[in-house]
Amino acid sequence: MTLSRLLRCAGVSTAIHRFYPVSVGNQQFVFWIMASTACFVIVSRNDIPIYEAEVGSVLKKEEAAHLHQFILHAALDIVQDLAWTTSAMFLKSVDRFNDLVVSVYVTAGHTRLMLLHDSRNEDGIKSFFQDVHELYLKILLNPLYLPGSRITSSHFDTKVRALARKYL
Amino acid sequence: MIGVGKAKQYANVLDKPLSRGRQEVSLSAFAFLFSELVQYNQTQVDNIAELERRLEDAGYAVGARVLELLCHREKGNRRETRLLGILSFIHSTVWKVLFGKVVYLITFCIWKDNLYQKRYVADSLEKGTEHEDEYMISEKELLVNHMGAFNCGAFVAGIVRGVLDSAGFPAVVTAHFVPIEGQQRPRTTILIKFAEEVLRREARLG
Repeated sequence: MTLSRLLRCAGVSTAIHRFYPVSVGNQQFVFWIMASTACFVIVSRNDIPIYEAEVGSVLKKEEAAHLHQFILHAALDIVQDLAWTTSAMFLKSVDRFNDLVVSVYVTAGHTRLMLLHDSRNEDGIKSFFQDVHELYLKILLNPLYLPGSRITSSHFDTKVRALARKYL
Repeated sequence: MIGVGKAKQYANVLDKPLSRGRQEVSLSAFAFLFSELVQYNQTQVDNIAELERRLEDAGYAVGARVLELLCHREKGNRRETRLLGILSFIHSTVWKVLFGKVVYLITFCIWKDNLYQKRYVADSLEKGTEHEDEYMISEKELLVNHMGAFNCGAFVAGIVRGVLDSAGFPAVVTAHFVPIEGQQRPRTTILIKFAEEVLRREARLG
């Protein structure tokens, strides 16, 4: 039984793994890294992106980044219709593209936190959105921040990436 | 051992936890700040209409933030999607948090540390009878109107407009004095006139 078949039986996608065989004495170990794609964008009420970050653990490729942005923008129409049908903030997955899923969290001021990802970890994604929502509130409460303008704080960027590593 | 009981200092504001918001500001501090705001704007404009517009813009910035913060804090992350929902949110939650404790007799309380306090909620939310898209919030003693000779209700109208606009209900909001017989001070009424698209969407959502 090969390693990839074993992993597939366990329900883990094998298409995106890299295997690193290491031998220690007589024993052979295989380390594998699970790589995930995730692109996170905050879009303001006027459909202008105010923050973007590639937060997956895959090395960023230029073509992939453009494609991610395109998919997220295309999902905006669906989000707009869906946002008025429910009073919840977390709209689960609103759109799919190949094996990538778009999940969206809409705040009270109609700022959309959108995540393009390939994992199925809904609870992790919901916690991620809630924590980023709190960070966004703190940025918004700054009286010198113009709502709807780009978020340029590097500390915010650091914290978002740390949250992504923690939950995604 | 002076610094032992000190509260934890955070390096960056993003690390500080969001406060739970039971804090109140003394009326004198707010009166001072608001009077400075009005006086500063008075030096920049030529007429009352322009002054009111500036006060409204100042209130708009407050409204946008108040909406997000209160939905997160008070309503456990539920958004408002219907017209009556957002109006009752403004009428109860926003008013309670912003003006919940009001000074009953303002003339001699400013010099005192203990403020006389009276709890109230905005008096009534009425639907204007002439047009389908108009609503009024009627207020007997609007806090900001104790300050000056003219109508500073434009600031509160700006707050309401900020809340509505950010929530996706664009509206024109104005503050008016309505004289009532039997009372020397006129009531202040905040008139909200919603845009066409709001009514269409409400009709579509049924």
